[in-house]
Amino acid sequence: MSGDKSFEPSCPLPVSAKKTVQLAHGGGGRLMQELIQDVFVRAFHNPMLELLHDGATWPVEKGTLAFTTDSYVVRPLFFPGGDIGTLAVNGTINDLAMCGAKPLYLSAGFILEEGLSLEVLQQVVNSMAEAARAAEVPIVTGDTKVVDRGKGDGIFINTSGVGLVPTGVRVLPTLIQPGDAILVSGDLGSHGVAVLSVREGLTFDGHVESDSAPLHRIVTDLIESGTEIHCLRDLTRGGLASVLNELAVVAKVGITVDESTIPVTETVRGACELLGLDPLYVANEGRFVAMVPAQQAEAVLAVMHRHKAASLAVHIGVVTDRDPSMVVLRTVVGTHRVLDLLSGEQLPRIC
Amino acid sequence: MKYVDEFRDRAVAAALAERVKQTVRRPWTIMEVCGGQTHAIVRFGLDSLLPKNLELVHGPGCPVCVTSVSLIDQAVCLASMPGVVFCSFGDMLRVPGTRGDLFGVKAAGGDVRIIYSPLDALELARKHPDREVVCFAVGFETTAPAWAMAVAQAKQLGITNFSLLIAHVLVPPAMEAILSSPQNRIQGFLAAGHVCTVMGYEEYEAIAQKYRVPIVVTGFEPLDVLEGVAMLVSQLEEGRVEVENQYARSVSREGNRQARSIVGEVFEPASRAWRGIGEIPASGLRLKPAYSAYDAELKFQHELSQLTEGKEDPDCQSGLILRGLLKPTDCPAFGTRCTPERPLGAPMVSSEGACAAYYRYRSHVTREA
Repeated sequence: MSGDKSFEPSCPLPVSAKKTVQLAHGGGGRLMQELIQDVFVRAFHNPMLELLHDGATWPVEKGTLAFTTDSYVVRPLFFPGGDIGTLAVNGTINDLAMCGAKPLYLSAGFILEEGLSLEVLQQVVNSMAEAARAAEVPIVTGDTKVVDRGKGDGIFINTSGVGLVPTGVRVLPTLIQPGDAILVSGDLGSHGVAVLSVREGLTFDGHVESDSAPLHRIVTDLIESGTEIHCLRDLTRGGLASVLNELAVVAKVGITVDESTIPVTETVRGACELLGLDPLYVANEGRFVAMVPAQQAEAVLAVMHRHKAASLAVHIGVVTDRDPSMVVLRTVVGTHRVLDLLSGEQLPRIC
Repeated sequence: MKYVDEFRDRAVAAALAERVKQTVRRPWTIMEVCGGQTHAIVRFGLDSLLPKNLELVHGPGCPVCVTSVSLIDQAVCLASMPGVVFCSFGDMLRVPGTRGDLFGVKAAGGDVRIIYSPLDALELARKHPDREVVCFAVGFETTAPAWAMAVAQAKQLGITNFSLLIAHVLVPPAMEAILSSPQNRIQGFLAAGHVCTVMGYEEYEAIAQKYRVPIVVTGFEPLDVLEGVAMLVSQLEEGRVEVENQYARSVSREGNRQARSIVGEVFEPASRAWRGIGEIPASGLRLKPAYSAYDAELKFQHELSQLTEGKEDPDCQSGLILRGLLKPTDCPAFGTRCTPERPLGAPMVSSEGACAAYYRYRSHVTREA
């Protein structure tokens, strides 16, 4: 043993102790306190969180409360234009905004996999803090759990949010009326294609970035402008086609949209053509549809165009009383077909 | 988008549809061979632009649909083996075999991966020498060159943990099987443009003459399909029997020589059972003896020998549909016992499958009926 020069008679801490998430980080002891203080509180810092109480409290104003929750399981965690952290903040803010609410506060629950690099966690948390600051919606309460290695996929995040719908404002799918104009806030599919490009290592001519963005300021602006809005819905999983189907069923109306008016960038179209995907079913994280009385369409579009995230907003279709619960697409060649729900995820075609 | 928008032009589509209307005098039944064309027809509603007495029949050109139940069962068996990474194109994962599908294997803990290119699968094998990478080599003449290239490279690089479960099929023997059937109704074919991009169309000339059936090599964009139909009905009305090439921007008579050469180097024709149709001689591909070390059926013959003969659901009419003898909506199970969520047969699974295409784009037709 004495001949072994590498032998050192000391007992160092495991190297990984400081660099990766350990089961003890979720154990309620000192390591957990350190994680909460050094990572979460430092990044999200705000007076309500810093109380480190079991929950956040605040006085309630007049109006109607909106409450929503969403869980984020994204692979890969980082992609062009965002990461799981920006999605977790913007996604929940957008769900509140689609209710006509001004988002007030968010919670963040983390399920971390043992062995996750603390640097990766820090990056995600920083993105969340940055997104929350940019949107002016603080994260005021949270939770952390650690699961055994192999029992998670790095990080799962749940965010819930509370918002306030101003008195007199009603934005609901059941208000959709035949004759309403259907507006979409921008080009479709870039989030899904951006994630797919990193997940599958695909490269395309032209860079595709996720459209992840908070939409609440656009909605507040729309409400304050006094234009009449029947329904708003963000176009996340399943894309435009799935959302229109859901709305047609809930509102018991028919929907007709014109394929040639639906904005999709060249790069996203190209990627979808190559992979056999339909951009109308591809996920977005910063796009929404608005159903508004036809005579309000121009005014609503004018308000939307003031915002970068909705600068390409266009009129794509109309709500009808024919074929209730059905979405019909007028194709680019001028024929009509049903735009149905997919049974599951879109699968790339063989040839 | 360049090379796409110009082939989806509304005014040109209307003009081509008008040309077809002006040409057609008698009723005709024509078949588009390729599932990609079926997909374009239903996605763009092209048949609604065509005269009623022109019947479009969807052919057997969806590789997912024609892969036999026994092969799906073999895939499920291999994918379930510990130590195996099973690679497949996305469409195949939902196709039901006798004992479930590949998605089920994945859910049960099997390592099943969707790949986009055979070379990606080879790369996996290179990176994981301790695992057996088994690939479901599915497709027509279009995907065969890429699989051939992967096998040739595997041999060159000395990679041994890589093998193919081969379900490859060839188009011309299937067309002949349809034409030689006593129940045949097909009077003209739109041949599959991408298959011909690889193989050329020399071999179709003999088929056209032998069965006195006109063939137009056709592309996949709406204007391609409409122009292909226009060319085909002109031949039918004028009594001409020729092989014409609508898809000249991609297809030459001799095809892609390099692609044909690598396919010829690695593969040889073999008898193949088609789902819903049955055994067709020389209608498939298998690895040549020099490459047989990469044949998963040989490599894992002990494990596969335990399997019993695969069974089709008795209610599935896919055989009649794939031969053009039945429309999906005429099947009693369509939309009731058989849906994309719970498919009885493969044509309800793939986006190129006639039943799935009808369900997705045409469900209002049956709902109204």
